[in-house]
Amino acid sequence: MLIKTATDLNESDVTPFDIYQQRRRFLQSGIAIAGAAIGGSLLSPAASASLPLGQVKPGPFSTDEEKTPFEDVSSYNNFYEFGVDKSDPARNAHKLQTDSWSVTVAGEVAKPGSYTLEDILKPHALAERIYRLRCVEGWSMVIPWIGFPLADLIKRFEPTSKAKFVEFETLYDKKQMPGQRRHVLDWPYREGLRMDEAMHPLTLIAVGLYGNVLPNQNGAPVRLVVPWKYGFKSIKSIVKIRLRETQPTSSWTKSAPQEYGFYSNVNPNVSHPRWSQKRERRIGELRKRKTLMFNGYQEQVASLYTGMDLKKYF
Amino acid sequence: MQKQLIKPVVFIACLLPLIVLGWQLYAGLLGANPIDEVADSTGEWTLRFLLITLTATPLKRLFGRAWTIRIRRMLGLFAFFYVCLHLLTYLWLDQFFDWGEIWLDILDRPFITLGMLAFVLLLPLVITSNNFMMRRLGRNWKRLHRLAYVIPALGVLHFWWLVKADVLEPLVYGVVLAILLGSRIKAGFAVKNTTQEGCAS
Repeated sequence: MLIKTATDLNESDVTPFDIYQQRRRFLQSGIAIAGAAIGGSLLSPAASASLPLGQVKPGPFSTDEEKTPFEDVSSYNNFYEFGVDKSDPARNAHKLQTDSWSVTVAGEVAKPGSYTLEDILKPHALAERIYRLRCVEGWSMVIPWIGFPLADLIKRFEPTSKAKFVEFETLYDKKQMPGQRRHVLDWPYREGLRMDEAMHPLTLIAVGLYGNVLPNQNGAPVRLVVPWKYGFKSIKSIVKIRLRETQPTSSWTKSAPQEYGFYSNVNPNVSHPRWSQKRERRIGELRKRKTLMFNGYQEQVASLYTGMDLKKYF
Repeated sequence: MQKQLIKPVVFIACLLPLIVLGWQLYAGLLGANPIDEVADSTGEWTLRFLLITLTATPLKRLFGRAWTIRIRRMLGLFAFFYVCLHLLTYLWLDQFFDWGEIWLDILDRPFITLGMLAFVLLLPLVITSNNFMMRRLGRNWKRLHRLAYVIPALGVLHFWWLVKADVLEPLVYGVVLAILLGSRIKAGFAVKNTTQEGCAS
């Protein structure tokens, strides 16, 4: 199989940051207007605004499978920070303020510090990548993300030789994220990757989907996308990135270590203790389909786990 | 309310959850994953009807109205009706009648084992819910129908083991069940005490 690379992108393909910012601002004002107009109805507020993220080039590794409609992608979300029902995030995520967002970079890096979203995004060429997303609950989607490789970002902070893992943290603010008022998980939400997983070309930092900036309920303004792992590994609304020598503990692992391992690679041969992972329902389809090893990205990522017992390291 | 009106009114009220669910399904109001919603909704209504059925006796004790007992059988049968829809959703729309997979689920997944057990235990209650069987079983009928206390407990546990992290909803059902069962223990003691007093006098 031919693995295309992103080297055919050049400076002109980059969505300039000011355009990105304009889009976000437009989206936010759109949310305010829509929010006032519909007065807390079930309509997803973010879905009412739709300005494109400028010109975005198609990126590598995209699937040509039928995309899950935007309405479903932006209304069926697991984002417990906004409530535990799938429909809660679309209803509550307008409370999230993505203006003046910054990301703290810490740990085993030569360039730690607090970076504004502009600092984070500016040098990177945004591209569209259409990935499968498989939730640990047994459903899946196909989503056209817009983003850039996490590896490119991490390199800029110059990891030291001690950097073996990357830990991410979601915003913790009960005012903006009302779901955090209840102790459903040990807030803030944390996730982690092994360094080679983080540096893999499939691993994406996403800022948009379907040509627009990310709706809040999908993890605005900046999130992780790791398509060969169960969806909960792809942490949303990131405020902290820490390079570490030791393996971090993910929120779901902390909550139920026998059910959610650190790796959580999509694997039809390893059941969740309470349900089978052999099949999945693609959102919008009636019949279930077989779940693929590494969510169908076996060719790209299987080598990361050579010699590992994936039943033990689930 | 007119006595003869109570039963048809309650009957229609018990069908409302299904009518609403059917409408939501038809109108596309169940979101991106309607089958999961149908499974969840029919399961929760089963649990609700099991609990509502258990309110008949305490309500009669509280308000002295016998009609709550007269509709108890119908309420119980509606619990069975909703659990049939729930089970059918699982067998058909979740497993597509793949009996091998279903059997593995029953063996390997405690929450499914429990759900199936609760369903099986409900069957003798449904079969013996008519007047003929009531008369025939005599005292044993009451003994058998004490399963109505066990089945909702299995239902609550079935729900509890299904949720990922947030146990609030199954907890609420569990607390309601505990109150309903607790009221019976209390009432049982009260009855015992009065009979003892009666004997003494």
